[in-house]
Amino acid sequence: MSTVLAVADIRNGEHRSVNFEVFSAAAKLAGEMGLSVTAVFIGNGLESLTGAAGEYGIANVVVVEDPALDKFSADTFAAAIAEVAKAKGAAVVLMGATATARDVLPRAAMRLDTALAQDTIAMRADGAKVVFTRPMYAGKLLGEVSIKSMPAMATIRSKAFKAEHSPVGATVEKVAVSLPTPRVKIEELALENTGTLDVTEADIIVSGGRGLKGPENWGILEDLAKTLGAATGCSRPVSDEGWRPHDEHIGQTGKVVSPTLYIAVGISGAIQHIAGMSSSKFIVAVNKDEEAPIFKASDYGIVGDLFEVIPALNEEIKKIKGND
Amino acid sequence: MNIAVCIKQTPDTTTRVKVGPGGTGIDEAGINYIINPYDEFAIEEALQLTEKNGGEVTLLSMGPASIEKTIREGLAMGAHKAIRLNVDKTPDDPTVTAKALAETLKNGQYDLIFFGKQAVDDDHGQMASLVGELLDLPTVTVVLELHVDGGSATAKREVEGGLETIRFSLPAVVSAQRNLNEPRYRSLKGIMQAKKKTIEVVEPALAEAHLVVEKLTPPPAKGEGKIFRNGAQDAAEVVRLLREEAKVI
Ligand SMILES: Cc1cc2nc3c(=O)[nH]c(=O)nc-3n(C[C@H](O)[C@H](O)[C@H](O)COP(=O)(O)OP(=O)(O)OC[C@H]3O[C@@H](n4cnc5c(N)ncnc54)[C@H](O)[C@@H]3O)c2cc1C
Ligand SMILES: Nc1ncnc2c1ncn2[C@@H]1O[C@H](COP(=O)(O)O)[C@@H](O)[C@H]1O
Repeated sequence: MSTVLAVADIRNGEHRSVNFEVFSAAAKLAGEMGLSVTAVFIGNGLESLTGAAGEYGIANVVVVEDPALDKFSADTFAAAIAEVAKAKGAAVVLMGATATARDVLPRAAMRLDTALAQDTIAMRADGAKVVFTRPMYAGKLLGEVSIKSMPAMATIRSKAFKAEHSPVGATVEKVAVSLPTPRVKIEELALENTGTLDVTEADIIVSGGRGLKGPENWGILEDLAKTLGAATGCSRPVSDEGWRPHDEHIGQTGKVVSPTLYIAVGISGAIQHIAGMSSSKFIVAVNKDEEAPIFKASDYGIVGDLFEVIPALNEEIKKIKGND
Repeated sequence: MNIAVCIKQTPDTTTRVKVGPGGTGIDEAGINYIINPYDEFAIEEALQLTEKNGGEVTLLSMGPASIEKTIREGLAMGAHKAIRLNVDKTPDDPTVTAKALAETLKNGQYDLIFFGKQAVDDDHGQMASLVGELLDLPTVTVVLELHVDGGSATAKREVEGGLETIRFSLPAVVSAQRNLNEPRYRSLKGIMQAKKKTIEVVEPALAEAHLVVEKLTPPPAKGEGKIFRNGAQDAAEVVRLLREEAKVI
């Protein structure tokens, strides 16, 4: 029976949180299409991580191990994915839309002479076909796309799908594949801000704009973020000015995020910023200018001075959290 | 150095786009077109490299005759010549474009082939990886910094939460991220010269499309948001609603 492949993205020996969303989405789609579902783990020493597939409803696990996979390379990982897809006769291949997947899956798609829908936020089976929904024109429009060739491939946006815990017993199969020599050499991987939550993986984002006036004022946002267990984000001028690190910049030219809650503070809501956060499930804006366009994109808006509103919000949230 | 830069004409990022008749494309009326912003970084990088090392920059763009206006913008920045792959309509499927571009690029003996990270219309963000795979070349995407040193190069690329430094040999494929450089303005002289530069037109063989856009829709409109006008005094009420109505905290 043909299968839906869910490819895990492992970084520093840990699951990216989107993996669980991918597992659940793959299991659900396979159910709709009457296909089996298989989780794929690529790299060495991943035994302790494969259990997560079963936790999220996937009974078949494939592990591709090879000394050549000790170090990550888009070339070898793309080849491994393509080989497993061929060996398993995959009808669909899904992976979280991480930086890794965005680079690796197009190469795998080309190796399989099929096509890839990037950054999808919804999918449904339509007979034997899958229809993927993906933002286009920086989120100003939604496109429904299908892929006529096999396998249909897609990267899925973090937080767009729900990770649903539904444990099943899983069997692990090791698959050997032949791998090419990488065409490039990674000399160094310098991780900034390790320990802080990446904005694309955060459930809640507290994001600041030029309205904060300077980096010295970020403490009030960080306090609020801490109370909420949130990540901090920012508008582009803020990272351009060096007030905040570049990897917090949200928008058309920065990160695209879909958290459960996005709190925009002192951000005017330029169309290029909206492009990066409009698919958030719930949006709250704090701005002193009632006419700021951000209010049109928001579920709740507070008109007022952020230097008063944010500490007040923080205190109120602490109160209700204290009662939990 | 012999450098190719693949560029795409896209709507200006501030243009409002509407779904056009047929429901699978946009309404072209009133749209202001520009060079895809990421492609300007690619052109700039190519120009700086040829200014330093000698050589030529060739622009490649696939689309109908109407994109020649945008190609001339790239020539006005200083690119030496251009090739337009003639199609009635720019393909929806990036693999169709990639295969056609790769066929043309094969004949060019380029040391470097540049792309933008992503086209801001269809947002596929995959062309460089597709073409790199087809041409079997070292491919480095989302590049913030590039140093070319004879037959090899080093690039810094963005990954989640960090930077990767990658070493590779030429020929190679690179896609440009914002901040790679500061694209130059087109000078009046550049604009005049661009008028005389040649745009070669090639009739590409088109592969069968795998990816089909079935429907474009505007995203669901947000309901009327609730606006609170008393600043900090409303904080308690908003927090209560976030918990009880929105159920997000
Ligand atoms: C090609 C292109 C790409 C771009 N990409 C991006 C992108 O990816 N992301 C992005 O964010 N931008 C992007 N921009 C920039 C964008 O157009 C805006 O300039 C930018 O988003 C504005 O940032 P801001 O809202 O922080 O600042 P401003 O527009 O200056 O807004 C500051 C806001 O703070 C409010 N404010 C000031 N003081 C207070 C106070 N005390 N209390 C409450 N509110 C206060 C003001 O009312 C105002 O609304 C791009 C632009 C271009 C041309
Ligand atoms: N029709 C086209 N002609 C030439 N280059 C293109 C075309 N479409 C996309 N590209 C290139 O591919 C990059 C990424 O595009 P995309 O994968 O569509 O987001 C763009 O920045 C361009 O450099």
